[in-house]
Amino acid sequence: MIPAQFDYLAPSTVEEALAALAQHGDEAKILAGGQSLLPVLRMRLNAPEMVIDLGKITSLRGVRDDGDAIVVGAMTQHSVVGSDPLVAEHAALVSKAVEHLADVQIRHRGTFGGALAHADPAGDLGAPALALGAQFVIQGPGGTRTVPAEEFFVDLFETAIGEDEILTEVRLPKHTGWGAHYEKFVRVAHQWPIVAVAAAVRVDGGSIAEARVGLTNMGNTPVRAHAVEQALVGQPATPDGVRDAAARAAEGTNPPSDLNGDADYRRHLATVLTRRAVLTAAGATG
Amino acid sequence: MTATEARPEAEAPEREIGRERRRKEDQRLITGRTRWTDNIQLPGMLHLAMVRSPFAHARITSIDTTEAKQSPNVVDVVTGQDLAETQGVLINAWPITPDQKTPTHLPVAIDRVAFAGEIVAVVVARSAAEARDAAELVDVEYDELPAALDLKEAATDTVLAHPDLGSNKSAYWVFDSGEAGTGGNVDDAITQARDSGGIVLEREYRQQRLIPAFMEPRSTVVDPTGEQLTVWSATQIPHILRFALAATTGIPESKLRVIAPDVGGGFGGKLQTTPEEWITVALARRTGKPVKYTETRSESLIAAHHGRDQWQKLTLAADREGNVTGLKVQLLADLGAYVSLVGGGVPVLGAFMFNAIYKFPAYHFAVQTVLTNKTWTDAYRGAGRPEATFAIERLMDELAAEVGVDPLEIRERNWIKHEEFPFTTVAGLEYDSGNYEAATARAKEMFGYDELRAEQRRRRESGDPVQLGIGVSTFTEMCGLAPSRVLGQLDYGAGGWEHASVRMLATGKVEVVTGASAHGQGHETAFSQIVADRLGVPFEDVEVLHGDTQVAPKGLDTYGSRSLVVGGEALVKASDKVVEKAKTVAAHLLEASADDLDFSGGRFTVRGTDQGVAIQEIATAVFAAHNLPDGMEPSLDSDATFDPVNFNYPHGTHLCAMEVDTETGALRMRKYVCVDDIGNVINPLIVSGQVHGGLVQGIAQALWEEAVYDDSGTLVSGSFVDYLLPTSADTISFEVDHTTTPSLTNTLGTKGVGEAGTIASTPAVVNAVVDAVRHLGITDIRMPCTPERVWRAIQDAGSGTEPTTGAAAPHFDASTGMEGTVDRTAGAQDGAQQ
Repeated sequence: MIPAQFDYLAPSTVEEALAALAQHGDEAKILAGGQSLLPVLRMRLNAPEMVIDLGKITSLRGVRDDGDAIVVGAMTQHSVVGSDPLVAEHAALVSKAVEHLADVQIRHRGTFGGALAHADPAGDLGAPALALGAQFVIQGPGGTRTVPAEEFFVDLFETAIGEDEILTEVRLPKHTGWGAHYEKFVRVAHQWPIVAVAAAVRVDGGSIAEARVGLTNMGNTPVRAHAVEQALVGQPATPDGVRDAAARAAEGTNPPSDLNGDADYRRHLATVLTRRAVLTAAGATG
Repeated sequence: MTATEARPEAEAPEREIGRERRRKEDQRLITGRTRWTDNIQLPGMLHLAMVRSPFAHARITSIDTTEAKQSPNVVDVVTGQDLAETQGVLINAWPITPDQKTPTHLPVAIDRVAFAGEIVAVVVARSAAEARDAAELVDVEYDELPAALDLKEAATDTVLAHPDLGSNKSAYWVFDSGEAGTGGNVDDAITQARDSGGIVLEREYRQQRLIPAFMEPRSTVVDPTGEQLTVWSATQIPHILRFALAATTGIPESKLRVIAPDVGGGFGGKLQTTPEEWITVALARRTGKPVKYTETRSESLIAAHHGRDQWQKLTLAADREGNVTGLKVQLLADLGAYVSLVGGGVPVLGAFMFNAIYKFPAYHFAVQTVLTNKTWTDAYRGAGRPEATFAIERLMDELAAEVGVDPLEIRERNWIKHEEFPFTTVAGLEYDSGNYEAATARAKEMFGYDELRAEQRRRRESGDPVQLGIGVSTFTEMCGLAPSRVLGQLDYGAGGWEHASVRMLATGKVEVVTGASAHGQGHETAFSQIVADRLGVPFEDVEVLHGDTQVAPKGLDTYGSRSLVVGGEALVKASDKVVEKAKTVAAHLLEASADDLDFSGGRFTVRGTDQGVAIQEIATAVFAAHNLPDGMEPSLDSDATFDPVNFNYPHGTHLCAMEVDTETGALRMRKYVCVDDIGNVINPLIVSGQVHGGLVQGIAQALWEEAVYDDSGTLVSGSFVDYLLPTSADTISFEVDHTTTPSLTNTLGTKGVGEAGTIASTPAVVNAVVDAVRHLGITDIRMPCTPERVWRAIQDAGSGTEPTTGAAAPHFDASTGMEGTVDRTAGAQDGAQQ
């Protein structure tokens, strides 16, 4: 299908992009990898007058080590993030989630920052970012600010990024040596998860010393399963040790009902998938 | 030109039939460097965009086109009123009863729309983008009317899809073996089973609505600037399209040329004459310029015809050993908003197949077709036969469970033995050949049937969270649509013959013309193989031409697995005529009697000598015409039209193993074996492609696909986000083999294969899913078997309540229409029941 007519800018610096954004205000849309925006434009669900393409801003691409965090540029493609050894070593949960994100073509076009800024609660990156306590670096006319993941996701398709701001990078605190797993439940391989669970655990002497668990598509934003995390601490990394904690996965969630499943089914799935995700992350089976 | 003993340059080609040749057409089709309709660009061409109704049922109160007409580069904006009678009308070619209610189907609605997606206005602009922009500016006002959406509710006429018709019930069609003299009275059989302590199974199954979802969206280009109006369309049926356009627009057939260039799939979805085609023709005539319309995927999903959509109420009577004594079938079939080209006939194509491979003494079939305010339905791969096969193969599994024997055992007790062919069935068809024992034995062996049954027992005994199920489908089907006389008896609007021409060119190359119109099947390769063998010429020397009424003036196109078994046979007959003519010339050139000539490997030889002449040399001699037998017409070219006397009956045994994760309801296919008997095989590689693709399409009905409407009649699954098509990532490697009993209805001994996989696989999968959880008290799970439906079935069963698995179970309610079928659609939608 053909989008409505729009003007197009491809600035080469963040400053130029911010200037354009300031000029066009809410008539502008930011284009990152285009994997969500283009279908929206083509189906005419949105018709911005100006599309600002960040594709030429090279400073927004790449992964680097910054002491206690791994920093991912907002315009880094999923395929780059997924194969990055720094991410794999220090933020393995993100690598695991990217591995099954959409399909190969989308992983080569879509960007890390673009997907997070789109804030689809069924997107695969929100739950791992939330679980790992990611920090979002946002640049605006007044300078740069950093927002923690808990405050970044505001609502359905809504983030803390202001109308005149751009997400530039995401800082992933190092979880070196943690086990990680992303358990995704789908009917066909290329669809958004019906429910997914991102789990990272630090196992010490056969017991779970620390755990981070994020849930995908269990509410209007990614959800952190605090109750599960707390209940896991000190438990043996075995099916019996994890079962009771995982049973609390749906607490406080508000999942949607749609063609792929009703809310109560999703709540049930969250408990089963949490148990499996935690056990796999801990290197156990079951 | 002399006839000498010199050998032709090429060695006689080895036998082509049976060779695993790669398809000669694939390179251009796969790269897209080919003639898709949307690739066609003509000078001064205009583009269309459709304005479609967002309402399922509404009166059009006003259409304001002023703003749209002022939009840049818009040439015209027209409504149904503007086009009036010049737009023609869409036809139903198969009124299944004389009193069928058939609403008038205009390409552009004039005063009322009957489904969401119906066209109400058309924008003509200099570019497709500008047409689309202007379409957004057309201001249509509607008065919404109550919509008939649910099939069962519509059958009670509480809300009318077309108020002027007075009823939603379009046609009621019956076949009864007692009346037809092909078997006994089914009600007697049921009564006797009830009275004598036999088995009476009552079940109700749902065939969900599906969307054909061909790869290439539909596209039409019309050029009115020549003496003939030329229509390019992404269609399966250029010849039928030409006839229908002539019959309804007043354009003489001789002034119409229809071309189906390369067509990217159809699956029955392009076995249609569409509003969009009629509109493109009307606008080309109105503007005097070439006009193109290409639909978007969204438009394709809401407005190209859908398939299946039936409720099937079944009553099966058997004795205690599971010998079936009668089968009664009562269907409700959703036509959607209009009775489309062959829409009403689709369930009738299934009427002769519910008895399948079995020897049932009594059979009754009745279908009520029903109009609703949804997208119209028509053929979808298998058309009528998948529905029938699903119902009977699910029932045979239920019967096996009731009797307490293996599902294969119950089938063997009832099927036709191989020595009983030809066999006339209770539906009145004569099955010419088959061997169900052989296909089943081979499938069991490949599957490792006994080992998997043992594993199933172990998992049950240990209470494994992952249970294993084994599903069986021993299908047959009637295909090769033809024979014309039978189609006539069924009130179908056309015949079923197919036409072919074979032309020997002066250089010895061969042009073959077929009336079958390929849209991805590989005709060009398979037909080349047949002709190469028949004429003894190299495969590469044969060119297959099709899909253009100027090139291939006679034909009935491609659907119903007919191209090879009908069209292929026409080619054989035309080729044989060429050889006969060439033989006369050969005898003349060799100065021998025709009776003393042998023809082999493309060469005529005088028996007992080394004298001979190649068919290519004869072609050149005939072109020169210097030295031909007295009175002989200087041409080898030959035509043939073949009309078979019977359908064609492929069959096979499919075995499927499914793992069910009882914690989540997730399903995993473990193994799929199919052994199809499709007679002799022309090209095993093409057959594999048809079988694999067909299997996936049938499996997709079992597990993934469903067109869902909301309460206001909007298609919720209106994009591929919600209409789940599987990809290769979702399927496993199938294990495919064949047994062979050649068909007796064509000389090549072939049977159709295009629909076999789709027809067979759906019940195999659902039977496997149910088998995995039957020990929990579950007897059915409605399609598509989503994880949620599976999980809920397990929950309901485990809670000790009556397992309310939606479509299953004997629970007919005499208070509703259609002798009481209970609507569970609403329950399933709000998730209360699987």
